[in-house]
Amino acid sequence: MSFERIKEKLDILADAAKYDISCSSSGSKRANKNKGLGNSDGVGICHSYTEDGRCVSLLKILLTNHCIFDCAYCVTRKSNDIKRAAFKVQEVVDLTMNFYRRNYIEGLFLSSGIFKSADHTMERLVAVAKKLRLEENFNGYIHLKSIPGASDELMLEAGLYADRLSVNIEIPTISGLKLLAPDKKYEDFIKPMQAVKEGITQYQSERKIIKSTPKYAPAGQSTQMIVGATGETDRDVMYSAAYYYKKYEMKRVYYSGYIPVVDDSRLPALGSPVPLLRENRLYQTDWLLRFYGFDIRELLNEQHPNLDLDVDPKLSWALRNRDLFPLDINRAEKRLLARIPGIGMKSVHKIIQARRFRKLNWEHLAKIGVALNRAKYFITCDSSHWEKRELSSERLKGMILQNSSGKFRKDHGTQLMLFS
Amino acid sequence: MKKDSILAYDGSFEGFLTCVFQTFEQKLNVTAIYTEDNIQQDFFSLPEPVITDLKKASRVKQALKTKLDSGGRRQLYFSFLSELPGIELQLLQYIQLVFNTNNFSTGDYGNPVILRISQTSKMVSREKHRMEAFVRFMLTKDEIYFAHIEPDFNVLPLILPHFESRYADQKWIIYDLKRKFGLFYNLQETNYISLDIATRVFEKNYQSSIYSVSEIQFKELWQQYFKSTNIKSRKNLKLHKQHVPKRYWKYLTEKSSLHN
Repeated sequence: MSFERIKEKLDILADAAKYDISCSSSGSKRANKNKGLGNSDGVGICHSYTEDGRCVSLLKILLTNHCIFDCAYCVTRKSNDIKRAAFKVQEVVDLTMNFYRRNYIEGLFLSSGIFKSADHTMERLVAVAKKLRLEENFNGYIHLKSIPGASDELMLEAGLYADRLSVNIEIPTISGLKLLAPDKKYEDFIKPMQAVKEGITQYQSERKIIKSTPKYAPAGQSTQMIVGATGETDRDVMYSAAYYYKKYEMKRVYYSGYIPVVDDSRLPALGSPVPLLRENRLYQTDWLLRFYGFDIRELLNEQHPNLDLDVDPKLSWALRNRDLFPLDINRAEKRLLARIPGIGMKSVHKIIQARRFRKLNWEHLAKIGVALNRAKYFITCDSSHWEKRELSSERLKGMILQNSSGKFRKDHGTQLMLFS
Repeated sequence: MKKDSILAYDGSFEGFLTCVFQTFEQKLNVTAIYTEDNIQQDFFSLPEPVITDLKKASRVKQALKTKLDSGGRRQLYFSFLSELPGIELQLLQYIQLVFNTNNFSTGDYGNPVILRISQTSKMVSREKHRMEAFVRFMLTKDEIYFAHIEPDFNVLPLILPHFESRYADQKWIIYDLKRKFGLFYNLQETNYISLDIATRVFEKNYQSSIYSVSEIQFKELWQQYFKSTNIKSRKNLKLHKQHVPKRYWKYLTEKSSLHN
């Protein structure tokens, strides 16, 4: 194979794949069998970070960017006049092996434009994974895209070689999907998700009886939603996310601020800024759902259809629920500690351990790593000093904003209100 | 009360544990522990040389096993590998706490000694993880995947199991230029080695003499990938540098040629 040609294909097909933001390589345990190559010990590794600050963990490429669909938000849609390329199965296998051997990557994330048919495309993706596992004895991480509309049989086979499978829902609302991806049917996205979910459940229950049952998609499945392309509210986005977490037992839902890649009257204009702050707030909300015991209806509802951009969603929630505070750090149960602004789960664990030995005061909390600039208004501890003034939530928010700095603050400085 | 003592040891973990043994056995009041090649002369007291004794070291290890869970012992060893100035004395204080406190717990974060060791081991563990990520092998003409690094802490012993189980079907060397020793896996087992290469590894002539043309091409493919997978409209150099601190750039294939 010609080196220059491979380099060109790599350029085109990595460039086209980069809008798929998942790069996780965690959650799968796969031992190195018979002195082969690679393993996954459950902990992902980010081998590098691009200049946009995103993790590079997997070789993320499309098999091809030829596509029969014409989804408005997608850079590889058929009406877009761009360079097209396609990798051969063996080329992807060789690149993956060689990059892996040099410790560049944790594995492969293979997606594809849809050529000929869904099944035809899915078949090729499965062929790459199968070859890596069976012929090359490769035990690194493999993430395959589930092609919307692919048959259940192919999805079942895919899960035998891949660690993770994902299908991107992309547009959080059905009306948005109809507007921007008229050739795709909502059911086509759901079908492979359902097949994978059933595969996982089936193999897990068989494994309980027969230990040697092969692994099926051990890192589960994930999906991605574009935000800011169709005027949807944060509530639309997060209620959809909560639905997919529950209904299809998703490991992750990713949120991708829409990056204008095309001039289309249905979409934000080219050059519009990527909604990075909004994306950040959605991820914070996602974490509150998965690790902090929040129900989505507490954070977003009819009165509050969008997240507060000024402050993080937990602080925003706490400011609306002042009657629950202040909490005593030395007595409050774990579930409640997790709800205090400025205290993350790591601090929660540390506090619970440390308070068995002595009562904790402000100094202890600062050293443990609590963000006191926010937390101090919501807690009491082993000290006679705490916030005793009756402050309105609005005033409190102003005080916290004045005494803190946020990474997005310079872009949104004008939104701040001044308080005396 | 016994007079203050200063101890000097050979820098090995067993040597340090021998210091611990001696401190308990002779009921010393230790005010400083130095490695032999890093002795700070004190006007009032001469450092007392401690000769590494594997038996004494293993007795300390055994005793620690009865009082400290595996997580705690891991914190102890990780913190030792930080090589931070004064870490030995802090570890000695920690071990004294372990033996002298009823129901000692590594979770007593209100105690500054315990919190400090927990935080130090966390720092070392981050560096270990970074090295598992940032090592970049290049295939030499004699079929060995070679990488050199200069970690902030002495993490080579910690990353050994990871690389051994992952790259089981290829020969590889990871060399620590700062500490002048490396790991060599020969398809059967991994050994510690030392090489005389420190000054030459960055020279172009030296590189082209040990690496083949196809190796330079793979490097270029990786650099191409790194460039193509970046989204320009999301540029965030502050975050980039936070994740990949500049001091590591010269060892990273994707960063080096861009900034040489």
